[in-house]
Amino acid sequence: MKFTFHRLAGMIAILAVVVLSHPRLHAQFGGPPSPDSAFSIPIAQLIQPEELSRILQAKSPERPLILQVGSRMLFAQAHITGSEYAGAGAQPEGLNQLKARVSALPRKTFIVLYCGCCPWNRCPNIGAAFNLLHQMGFTNVKALYLADNLGTDWVDKGYPVERGQ
Amino acid sequence: MRPRRHNLPCPIHSPFFWRSGGRPRALTGIAPETLTAICRSFLVGLLLGLSLAAAEAQFPISRESLLNKQAPEFTRRDLKGASIDLHSFRGKIVLLNFWATWCGPCEVEMPIFAGWQNQYGPQGLQVIGISMDDDPALARKLAAKLKLNYPVAMGDEKLGELYGGVLGLPLTYLIDKNGVVRAKIQGETAPKTIEAQIKALLIQR
Repeated sequence: MKFTFHRLAGMIAILAVVVLSHPRLHAQFGGPPSPDSAFSIPIAQLIQPEELSRILQAKSPERPLILQVGSRMLFAQAHITGSEYAGAGAQPEGLNQLKARVSALPRKTFIVLYCGCCPWNRCPNIGAAFNLLHQMGFTNVKALYLADNLGTDWVDKGYPVERGQ
Repeated sequence: MRPRRHNLPCPIHSPFFWRSGGRPRALTGIAPETLTAICRSFLVGLLLGLSLAAAEAQFPISRESLLNKQAPEFTRRDLKGASIDLHSFRGKIVLLNFWATWCGPCEVEMPIFAGWQNQYGPQGLQVIGISMDDDPALARKLAAKLKLNYPVAMGDEKLGELYGGVLGLPLTYLIDKNGVVRAKIQGETAPKTIEAQIKALLIQR
């Protein structure tokens, strides 16, 4: 009896580990974040949309290099005025494109990364792109915090936007 | 009246015709005034076109709500090469889902949509998927993996703009039997909420 109970408990434990470790369930129920998730970016390195918009409108010499690290199709529909497309952070080719864009720049360059493809906690691009720049030694990089997406948190707020490749 | 010399620097004929005395040899049959007028019109058109293109790049996209308006028509080839014409689905409830392979919540939703296609298809539901991936190969691979039983086509920025800018995924529209947009579902939404809306639309005449 005792043996059967132990065996049953063991089977349930193994099943639970297998089921809960499935990546899709992580996506649905919010399991531990991956090393390249948006949560890997320190809060101090985030910049809020209002703040970036203020910097852009002030036209100060401190104007950052703004790079979109998500989808090219989304970039073509709308992007932050003056920003450049730098490849999807979730793809190795995208990270290579980003690396090529910034490799010659001084490591103190003020860079703002953004994506806005999906809600912040689901974005596959921004964390990987941020971590790459950090590894390359860039010391003045901020990630634009877009809670839901670029449409809701930037375009609909009336912040500067343009379209095209 | 002494004919005026044609000396307007003209992008139309200067690269192609050898000039002789300020007048292109190949255009000697045309009066200089006519030629000047043509060149001026061309230059004005060129400048107008360039300024319009620049204005379009600066002009913000229309984020006007499509709710209770006619769904923008479109025709596309699906991933299997068959034609998708939104207009041809009049009389059905259309669930138009914009997705991409990099969108985690999209991957959770799509098998549910495939289940609804089975369950409510006979009652008049038609699911259509539009992939906003930059690379169709990625979309094809995921659609096959998820065994999607509804047509999926590749989107582009033009289609995105038609639907108010697809600037974040997932994004789903519910279109009624008359082709009118009845719901816009942006971001992660409880499937039961969408299902309730589909059921309500299916029983509408």
